[in-house]
Amino acid sequence: MNEALLVVENVVKHFPIRTGIFQRKVGEVKAVEDVSFTVESGEIFGLVGESGSGKSTVGKMILRIYRPTEGTIKYKGRDLSSTSQENQRFFTKEMQMVFQDPKSSLNPRRSILSTLEDPLIVHGIAKSRRQRKDIVAELLQKVELSPGYMYKYPSSLSGGQRQRIAIARALAVNPSFIVLDEPTSALDVSVQAKIIRLLQVLQKNMHLSYLFISHDLSLVRTIASHTAVMYLGFLFEYATTEELFRYPLNPYTRTLISAVPAVTKEEKEIKPENQSRGGDTPSPVNPPSGCVFHPRCILSDNTCSEQLPMLEEISPGHYVRCHHVSKNIVIAEQYKKNLARNE
Amino acid sequence: MSSKVNGDLEQKELKVTSTKWMELKNRIGRGWFRFRKNPISLVGGGMVLLVIILAVFAPYVTPFPTHAGKVTNFEKIFQPPGKEHWFGTDEVGRDVFSRVIFGYRISLLMALVVLGISVPFGVALGLIAGYVGGIVETIIMRITDVFLSLPALVMALAIGAAFTPTIGKAMLAVSAIWWTWHCRLVHSLTRSIKTEDFVLASQICGDSPLRIIFKDILPNCASAILVKITLDAGFVILVGAGLSFLGLGVQPPKPGLGTMIAYGAAHLPTQWWLTVFPSLAIFFLIFGFNLLGDGLRDMLDVEGEGI
Repeated sequence: MNEALLVVENVVKHFPIRTGIFQRKVGEVKAVEDVSFTVESGEIFGLVGESGSGKSTVGKMILRIYRPTEGTIKYKGRDLSSTSQENQRFFTKEMQMVFQDPKSSLNPRRSILSTLEDPLIVHGIAKSRRQRKDIVAELLQKVELSPGYMYKYPSSLSGGQRQRIAIARALAVNPSFIVLDEPTSALDVSVQAKIIRLLQVLQKNMHLSYLFISHDLSLVRTIASHTAVMYLGFLFEYATTEELFRYPLNPYTRTLISAVPAVTKEEKEIKPENQSRGGDTPSPVNPPSGCVFHPRCILSDNTCSEQLPMLEEISPGHYVRCHHVSKNIVIAEQYKKNLARNE
Repeated sequence: MSSKVNGDLEQKELKVTSTKWMELKNRIGRGWFRFRKNPISLVGGGMVLLVIILAVFAPYVTPFPTHAGKVTNFEKIFQPPGKEHWFGTDEVGRDVFSRVIFGYRISLLMALVVLGISVPFGVALGLIAGYVGGIVETIIMRITDVFLSLPALVMALAIGAAFTPTIGKAMLAVSAIWWTWHCRLVHSLTRSIKTEDFVLASQICGDSPLRIIFKDILPNCASAILVKITLDAGFVILVGAGLSFLGLGVQPPKPGLGTMIAYGAAHLPTQWWLTVFPSLAIFFLIFGFNLLGDGLRDMLDVEGEGI
């Protein structure tokens, strides 16, 4: 298939801050400033960034929970902002989401059966109760739970089991695209591995595409084919995962990679240099001028604090947002050499 | 295909066999266990249950059922509490015990009618305000604030002064104020539940707002509403008794608890039983409701504004 599955173009999302009895607008949270990327059919697309970088907001805009302030998102060639009944129905059946916290993503007052059969009823997939039960049992088996879980309530399940149910609910309408919003960050490490493995198997068997939102770089590296890095609402770098991790052309990407814990001595030696000057992520209400990363970046100069760099295609399919292209290339080449020497 | 997925993974889940009835029994069992652990709520529940049974079967359990109406028995006026008349007799010779039990009937009816009108109304408005938000929310909540600033007793006094006072009008007047508490409670709960991920998940699935309200939001407010109703019942009865005391509720010869206290007050302190026993009866019922409500709150683990 040549046509891209999901095209996100220059999407912006600002949340107004309102106070007082007249709900006067006093400011804006600039959650997403400028994000564009393309998800191909059948791939796992990784979206990484620190907390507050706007990655979850991007996911929620794709699922039409939020409406973008500017920009367009197209899914299979159809504009997501279209309000026609037919398109709305199409999107709800095609796109699903798995949330981060399995505690709050399942209604505590509904049995698993009731939660899982809900999309079947809404979309008229199965009319009779028996039919629905059969489908729910099948869904449970897909996520490796026995059908006996049907009558249980979320309170009697473990975190991993709940996350499986959440995945089963997303699969109920037979979607082709799922947004995974940090699906494993609330789980134990051993459970994480199982859930990731399950997601990979499901992706292969059901020909799904994922948008995998995470702050766990090593995880994204192992499963995603493309990766985009976000910081304070901006896309900073976007390339194939292989390229991004071997040839990081943005100081912020290198900072993130350097923050991944290294175990062996060799690993520590070849790590890219931490290129942040520390400090916390600035508030998205009052973002820094120019390049939003400049107060923390060691490469920053006057241009950086005055001018916002554009997302440029440095090599085919490798997009970077930084003023210091030549410096970045030198550093990245050095890093690539170090990596090669160690292999 | 599902078997293939299973085969791909080394991990095997434990075989879980569970049926609908087993789960239901488990849940009820757990709830009863938590309720039982709290002796105070058991006592409260027992008190309320006792009053309800007495009131429902009043014609059969009272020694003089006819004394609830226009009966005079001048040979036996103002008899102190004794073997024949446990709570004594009043100024026309009627048995106070029988009248107290029949008084409970009216008090409980008052609670039932007031809450039956105000709770559905308040809950519905609270759900709409909380879920829809925006201008609708502002309008509903400001109206609620206006009604909230009017005490129920004052509203009932106004209505009683404008029309002939009856217990029916008193109930309506109290209902007109009472819904605001439920509206505020449900509004704040809805606002917090609405942002939970399971509501977002339902929205993503394309559920209609009505379906989300009834399937996702209302069931999660239910325990808080239940506790509020239990605690409220006592207060409604108190307000009803207060209105009857002021002559705006139950009219004689009907045996309202408040009315009996008002009439008995003229004969204090010599014929003390005319006021003391109806007062104790009110105290007993409200105390029971409050204990039960506290117990339910602990059992259902409810936290919320205004409970």
